Amino acid sequence: MYKYDSYDQEMVDARVEEFRDQARRRLEGSLSEDEFKPLRLMNGLYLQLHAYMLRVAIPYGTLNSEQMTALGDIADKYDRGYGHFTTRQNLQYNWIKLEDTADILADLAKVEMHAIQTSGNCIRNISSDHFAGAAHDELVDPRPYAELMRQWSSFHPEFTYLPRKFKICVIASEKDRAAMRLHDIGVQIVKNEAGELGARFYAGGGMGRTPMIAPMIRDFVPLDQLITYAEACLRVYNRYGRRDNKYKARIKILVHELGRDEYVRQVEEEFAHMLEQGVEPPREELERIKPFFADPAFEDGPKTLDRSDPDFALWVDRNTNRHKHDSYVSAVISLKPVGGIPGDATGDQMRLMARLAKQYSFDELRIMHTQNVVLPHVKISDLHALWTELEAAGLGSPNMDSIEDMIACPGLDYCALANARSIPLAQRISERFNASGKTEKLGELKLKISGCINACGHHHAGHIGILGVDKKGLENYQLSLGGSEAEDTSLAKITGPGFTEDGVIEAVDKVTDVYLAEREGEERFLDTYRRIGMAPFKEALYG
Amino acid sequence: MDNALGTSPDDVQFRFRDDEVADHAAVTVDACCDQTNATAVRIEPGDDARVLLPFLDRLALVEINFPSFGDGRGYSSARILREAGFTGELRAVGDVGVDQLSHMRRCGFDAFAPDKPLNEEDAARAFAMWENVYQRAVDGRRTIPQIRHGDRA
Ligand code: SF4
Repeated sequence: MYKYDSYDQEMVDARVEEFRDQARRRLEGSLSEDEFKPLRLMNGLYLQLHAYMLRVAIPYGTLNSEQMTALGDIADKYDRGYGHFTTRQNLQYNWIKLEDTADILADLAKVEMHAIQTSGNCIRNISSDHFAGAAHDELVDPRPYAELMRQWSSFHPEFTYLPRKFKICVIASEKDRAAMRLHDIGVQIVKNEAGELGARFYAGGGMGRTPMIAPMIRDFVPLDQLITYAEACLRVYNRYGRRDNKYKARIKILVHELGRDEYVRQVEEEFAHMLEQGVEPPREELERIKPFFADPAFEDGPKTLDRSDPDFALWVDRNTNRHKHDSYVSAVISLKPVGGIPGDATGDQMRLMARLAKQYSFDELRIMHTQNVVLPHVKISDLHALWTELEAAGLGSPNMDSIEDMIACPGLDYCALANARSIPLAQRISERFNASGKTEKLGELKLKISGCINACGHHHAGHIGILGVDKKGLENYQLSLGGSEAEDTSLAKITGPGFTEDGVIEAVDKVTDVYLAEREGEERFLDTYRRIGMAPFKEALYG
Repeated sequence: MDNALGTSPDDVQFRFRDDEVADHAAVTVDACCDQTNATAVRIEPGDDARVLLPFLDRLALVEINFPSFGDGRGYSSARILREAGFTGELRAVGDVGVDQLSHMRRCGFDAFAPDKPLNEEDAARAFAMWENVYQRAVDGRRTIPQIRHGDRA
């Protein structure tokens, strides 16, 4: 994986010193909270319901054992012994003191990590496929391109005060595991007819209160113009994105209001101009980055395993993904134990995952947008030993992509913007479905819960989505069906009137009953919904 | 009337030019396009800097106003003017804070007239903040990728 050189390190160190100075000015009172707010936000520091929250960037979700260990140590030293992995493949600490933040950032910088641009109206941490470099179905590893864009977008002088936050995703396979088309810009690395690699751009996707699926804006950008084209997309947005209303300020609204074609026309014009400016990094830079992501030294080994332990066999079936080398798999460590808080891990668990990565996965880990952790390269012959250790640490839940593997945002337990709690709901649903054995029958079913319209829990993209709303001061939940964040992206539709907390759990039960009664063949919940439509579900809920 | 619009040379706290400070006879972008003799103009966030391109030769000063520092359109305006070859004074005025200075410099601003005068020491640190930079902008600096590959800019 990528290693900082002295220049990368110097950028991060400079930022730590800058922030130390800003925090000092705030603590001394020469910066008001109003003045300090945008500065702390640029460093990932939010003021939440009970304390400061610090969000640490994990570029394209990739990290090594040393970094994961440091994250665990910070959780113990400065927080309450745990952290929360987010749908942006980042980590959040929920109980941080302002006085400690500069020291935390310094600890992070020692292991080539930071919290830069994890909030604020700038280009955020770039996300990618969590199986990058391991998946059997990818064209190339997307991370060198993501790294090139990471450097370009770090401290970008023109795009630090955009109308609103800006999220970029880079993938390189037809299968979309990163919700690419629900990003402000989605990039898919593709091959053209001449066999050359290039970048296909999508723009204007997003969730939030006005969910939109990004249209394609350019079929093929040559790789030596990738940054230039992105720069053109951003400049048009910076100049013309709406600033009069924060809820209409994302690029999706600009693309929608201008229309895709007009946005494309403006970008192309700016792109032609930018090409003359020579903003593209030298081509050698991409070539310099690529070897950092070269395959580790895979070895041939056994390709089958002993499935006599049914618990182990179930975990293998559920939680591993086919690898490009047939003696390996990618193993998913579920952070969704039954009744647990989705995405939370303790300091001890982080250090354990770090050690397992070192032992079994060439020192590498990935964070998934579904709030789990991946060991990308595990020998099939090591799987049983790995699983045994995970089981013992409470990290062996065999539930990837099942209803228990739900996404839930922090909600009203932490978040200052929330209307309703997400975590207790997630806990109750996983307990109920696990206890009744229904999880198993339902197979792949993506449940996503957001505590408010900001949609951090991706409820629009859930096969089943739950949105917390405020109804006359009471927590209320809207149910929606039919969303997908995969290559068949779709937005979920609301079923009808909302429910209480108990009511929405019943409602989830009822819609899954409809599916079990109606499904044909190998259909997933989503497939059945798409075939039979909303009516039978509505009938069961409200009839 | 229009004379009241611009900042006075006395308001300029930081300047990175040796030529004489232009007076503050700034007019609006619309007025500048209509008037053939205006030598200083003031750009508001919603103005299209590109309409000024035909007049750059006669302009000695372009002020770009930041009514609120969080509105970043002025960064694009500045860069567009420099990309088009504007060599006159580019002055950032309004809600300009210490923490914006380094990026503004990179986008081509060479004079600063903040509403609230800034602490000189903090500002000096801010201007010197980035030893190296990742992106090409309009300050002519060699970028980190260029240095890595021995490219002389
Ligand atoms: S969806 Fe709302 S409640 Fe949940 S984390 Fe985002 S802002 Fe907070």
